[in-house]
Amino acid sequence: MRAHFVLSEIGVGLRRNVTMTLAVVVSVALSLSLLGGSLLAREQVGSMKDFWYDKVQVSIFLCNKYDAEADPAACPRGAVTDEQKQEIEAELNAYDIVDQVWSESAEEAYEHYREQEKDSPLAAVVTPDQMQESFRVKLHDPEKYEAISTAFAGRDGVHSVQDQRALLENLFQLLNGVNIAALGLMALMLVVALLLIVNTVRVSAFSRRRETGIMRLVGASSFYIQAPFILEAAIAGIIGALFACGLLVSGKLFLIDGFLDERIQVIDFVGWDAVLSVMPFILVVGALMPSIAAMFALRKYLKV
Amino acid sequence: MIRFDSVSKTYPRQNAPALRDVSLEINRGEFVFLVGSSGSGKSTFLRLILREEKASEGSVHVLGKDFGRLSNWKVPQVRRQLGTVFQDFRLLPNKTVGQNVAFALEVIGKGRGQIRKTVPEVLDLVGLGGKEDRMPGELSGGEQQRVAIARAFVNRPMLLIADEPTGNLDPQTSVGIMRLLDRINRTGTTVVMATHDAQIVDQMRKRVIELEKGRLVRDQARGVYGYQN
Repeated sequence: MRAHFVLSEIGVGLRRNVTMTLAVVVSVALSLSLLGGSLLAREQVGSMKDFWYDKVQVSIFLCNKYDAEADPAACPRGAVTDEQKQEIEAELNAYDIVDQVWSESAEEAYEHYREQEKDSPLAAVVTPDQMQESFRVKLHDPEKYEAISTAFAGRDGVHSVQDQRALLENLFQLLNGVNIAALGLMALMLVVALLLIVNTVRVSAFSRRRETGIMRLVGASSFYIQAPFILEAAIAGIIGALFACGLLVSGKLFLIDGFLDERIQVIDFVGWDAVLSVMPFILVVGALMPSIAAMFALRKYLKV
Repeated sequence: MIRFDSVSKTYPRQNAPALRDVSLEINRGEFVFLVGSSGSGKSTFLRLILREEKASEGSVHVLGKDFGRLSNWKVPQVRRQLGTVFQDFRLLPNKTVGQNVAFALEVIGKGRGQIRKTVPEVLDLVGLGGKEDRMPGELSGGEQQRVAIARAFVNRPMLLIADEPTGNLDPQTSVGIMRLLDRINRTGTTVVMATHDAQIVDQMRKRVIELEKGRLVRDQARGVYGYQN
């Protein structure tokens, strides 16, 4: 195949169809940046999960002396006794699924509370003996929370068993929902992009039917006839993919590095390595998707 | 070179077949006129030779290939040994004469050196030496048809198919085109030419095949046009 000939054909085709090509470029760019964005968001959620789940614990709150009155259903027999505490701790340590157990005294709980709720007027009136003692349990596998919950909830001296994961779960569900919405939007944009490509290729094939007709007559192979159209679509797709990569880079630069990272320091946002690692994928999809759409469009139009 | 064995062709969604039970053989080096009124099946006959259509029944052999069994991807290889010329020339208006001829070589992957050598040669052969850089629109109809013939012949095909090549030309120009086709025929290329031009057929005295309503009604060596339009 003579590259020169194919390239000049592509140039002619792209110029003849500037508006359509632009439409293809824009729609490919949008759909692919959504794809890249949602891939990165998925990675973000994944790393946040790893990070937070590693820190989450199951908390077994123990009854204090006020709970008998304040919450008689949970603590009918009043404050937890030392024996009960020892028993619970021993049992926790016996579990295979338990990684670590440490206890938080009422004073420590008071300190944490004051720290977290500095600005709340409530913090000023709360006293250490109003706080509950608790066991903080770290599990090897945070999913096994149920076993601890059934074993200790309702036991004498135990006020409640709380899984911190449940708190995070809501957040992650929200993030997942956003992610799915982004993927849905991407799918829609992708369909638009594909339809545009199919249409562009058809218009292109129609406007060059003289050339392709002659090519068929003189015995050009169908690959030779179709290559300019397919490459045309692929080039538009790659340009779109490059724009998508640009959008991702600027998203990382301006949204994450320039804005979110400074304001939300608790979260470890996706790094450049993650952004760079989705780019080859986006470029490949950007090149392949339009080519396949073009091949499909041409099947009907350029028969031997 | 070309063999039709009881070939019939019916197009989809049409009742009457375009060709019915046509059997004939055309040998290497022959010059054959294909005559018949419009709708007699001439175009279908030519399209079957070019394998733009497949026979509904019977078998078509061209250049030793059974077109019924030829797979699609091998068709281009066969077409490279065929040249085609049409009434409407089918030149690319935005390419020069030389580029139009070169196009036929480029698209089958011929090298630049070979193209640079063969294109002027074949333009000389058709009598257009030195007009390489003219645009088709600047040429007369006869000259445009010569360009088309140059493009068809540049691959030195075994077989040249001409579908009313003089249909758009005045009688004097037509004579020039016929001389050219005759000269090409003398180099050993088989020529099959569909025409409505009685004068040309009567003058040339070549083999005449006449179709009528899809049937082969006459196959005459050194024949004449033989019917009134």
